[in-house]
Amino acid sequence: MYELSNVSKTYKQRNRLVEALQSVDLQIADGQMVAIQGPTGGGKSTLLQLLGALDRPSSGTITLGDVDISSLPDSKLVEIRSHKIGFVFQTFNLIPTLNALENVEIALQGEKISSSARIERAEAALASVGLSDRTRHLPSELSGGQQQRVAIARALVKNPEILLADEPTGNLDEQTRDDIMDLLEGLWREKGLTLVVVTHDSAIAKRAQRRLVIQAGKIREAS
Amino acid sequence: MFLTYLRRELFGRRKQTAIIAAGMALAIGLVIIVNAFSQGVQSAQSKVLESVYGVGTDMTVTLTPVAPTAPSGPQSFGFDRNSGTNVSGTQKVSQSRLTGGIGGGQFMPTSDLATVEQTTGVKGAAGTLALQNITFSGQIPQAFQVPLPASGAGGGPSVQKMQPRTKLNRGGTNGNGGSSFNVDRFSVLGVDLSKTAVGPLSAITVSNGVGLTSTDTGTYKAVLDSNYATSAKLSTGGSINIGGQDFSIVGLVTPSTSDSSSASDAYISLDVAQKLSGNADKLSTIYVQANSNKDIANVKASLASVLTADTVKTQSDLASSVSGSLASASSLVSGLGYWLSIAVLIAAFLIAILFTISGVSRRTREFGTLKAIGWKNRRIMAQVLGESFIQSMLGGLIGIGIGLVGIFAINRDNLTLQGSASAGSLFSGFGRRAVAGGANANGFPSPVGDPATLPQGAFGGSGRRSVETVQTITMHLPVALNVILLAVALSIVGGLLAGAFGGWRASRLSPAAALRSVN
Ligand SMILES: Nc1ncnc2c1ncn2[C@@H]1O[C@H](COP(=O)(O)OP(=O)(O)O)[C@@H](O)[C@H]1O
Ligand SMILES: [Mg+2]
Repeated sequence: MYELSNVSKTYKQRNRLVEALQSVDLQIADGQMVAIQGPTGGGKSTLLQLLGALDRPSSGTITLGDVDISSLPDSKLVEIRSHKIGFVFQTFNLIPTLNALENVEIALQGEKISSSARIERAEAALASVGLSDRTRHLPSELSGGQQQRVAIARALVKNPEILLADEPTGNLDEQTRDDIMDLLEGLWREKGLTLVVVTHDSAIAKRAQRRLVIQAGKIREAS
Repeated sequence: MFLTYLRRELFGRRKQTAIIAAGMALAIGLVIIVNAFSQGVQSAQSKVLESVYGVGTDMTVTLTPVAPTAPSGPQSFGFDRNSGTNVSGTQKVSQSRLTGGIGGGQFMPTSDLATVEQTTGVKGAAGTLALQNITFSGQIPQAFQVPLPASGAGGGPSVQKMQPRTKLNRGGTNGNGGSSFNVDRFSVLGVDLSKTAVGPLSAITVSNGVGLTSTDTGTYKAVLDSNYATSAKLSTGGSINIGGQDFSIVGLVTPSTSDSSSASDAYISLDVAQKLSGNADKLSTIYVQANSNKDIANVKASLASVLTADTVKTQSDLASSVSGSLASASSLVSGLGYWLSIAVLIAAFLIAILFTISGVSRRTREFGTLKAIGWKNRRIMAQVLGESFIQSMLGGLIGIGIGLVGIFAINRDNLTLQGSASAGSLFSGFGRRAVAGGANANGFPSPVGDPATLPQGAFGGSGRRSVETVQTITMHLPVALNVILLAVALSIVGGLLAGAFGGWRASRLSPAAALRSVN
């Protein structure tokens, strides 16, 4: 359960201030699937980073469960990220020197488990995204869709409560786009995740339980 | 996982790894070679010094030379009307003189030796008296009795620019033909025969006949440098006139450390040398051996404080008196080699740091992603540190390989260097055979080179021979464990330094900003 009240985020760009988010009030219930739409530069990524405890708002409060993540120190934010939140990025952000399995494994590096247990979990996560036969491939040897599947496996291998996806299909062709959205939707359903997906694609947004639009830092529910 | 990621990064980013490792390898290799070379030069220098000073001599004590205030007066060979033999109108004269320092013999008292021996940290000490034997022989017409040679450059017969041991026969300068003179000189070292462990006796080995032992103390027995014996056509069993006394030649010696000449032409018992030269209870050099290397500095300091009139020199002080290509090599390594290896080392460190930082910049989004999925800063720091540590260590290991190959190559080529110890510095202005003109190593004008203070002006020219005991030494570069350890330490330092800079950069990245990075 996210609760944002009066959240603003201001960036300094050279000599001017940019209000990426202005007095956002928002609640996201556990297990909800939310699609966020809006023009480029509207503040979608900024909101997702605040939800993902990657950054703190300039003002206002954000609570996740009963924790105020808008005022936690970096060392506490990283704990929350490592246990509760999974990220999926538009550009996949896999580590180019590591193979698919290792890219999933690195998400577990903070957990005190044996390497065989870690590999087992990573293999299971790759199986759940349909990549059992590609575990030893480097990112450069995988298609865009396959890379995004690896990234999704990496996000889910920790069993997070929340999955945040910032334009996960933005770099994919139409066919793959649907596959990835099917996958995300299936996982959301299966695992009872809270899923927040930023997307430009209205067809994708329509799959969500709830649609939000962010424009010039202001948020509203889409009708 | 740490190791997997490390390995993948090192192999996956080969260019980065290769550049950092190559820079480090070059620097480490250079450091090792320069270090080994400097150790090789040092041991070559000490070999040169050993041949003159004796094996294991840690320092020498000599009288600090002072310009004589009242010259001891012209030393003249006085031939009276009845000396020599009369051969058909000419008088044949010959006189042998064992003389102290040419400047009148500035020697220290034997009591200094006792002082040295009582100093704590001194293991052993031996005193020597370095002398020259000058034989003047020739024929003069009976009618002209000339005191020869007279004081002052122009006073005597012009027997100038005379080379040692070169017999010059000149017509008399007095206008009367028939004068003919021979001047012969050689160095004589009075040695304490009871002390073979320290000093010049420890540096010579008997090549023919027998050596002098403590039972020969006080006797007229001599051993000769075998090179000198050859050139003077002398051999074991024969005799040699030293200071007017006939000595029996019991043996020939060569330096233990090389094939060239030893420290003196002739070696005789110290007390005999003192008596014949009129230098009773006098010494020219005390050779000191310290208990251990650690004591050298302390012993030098305490000797300098009690023996205020003397100069105390350690091996490293004396190393500066070694000349020749060995000296050039020494200044090359201590100058160019030293600075070059420091410069290359700094360059290698900078390359490692800059490439690590630029590597971190290129991987900004990667680190942002790792932070997003829950990696702690400490963990990211360790990753970067580990990577550059391994890269530097890899370079260090290759560098050790380069260094060892370089050392091996130099050793295999049997690089030879020539070195010689300047006698002027060895005997404080009094050389073996002859002394350097001009300033000697003590910085004082050598009494020999300066005609004004030169009692035997006529012999001034013969003092131009300054360098001797030229030794050819094959360079041997040692493989020292401490140099290898230094190399390892340097590559660790380089790796940690680069990793610390890079890791600090990476851990300071804000995850949100890092993820937005286009890199
Ligand atoms: N780190 C930053 N520094 C300065 N300005 C930023 C930064 N991040 C975002 N912005 C600005 O904030 C606004 C919102 O950006 P963003 O959240 O990325 O929008 P969206 O994801 O909707 O395209 C934009 O004007 C963008 O330029
Ligand atoms: Mg965006």
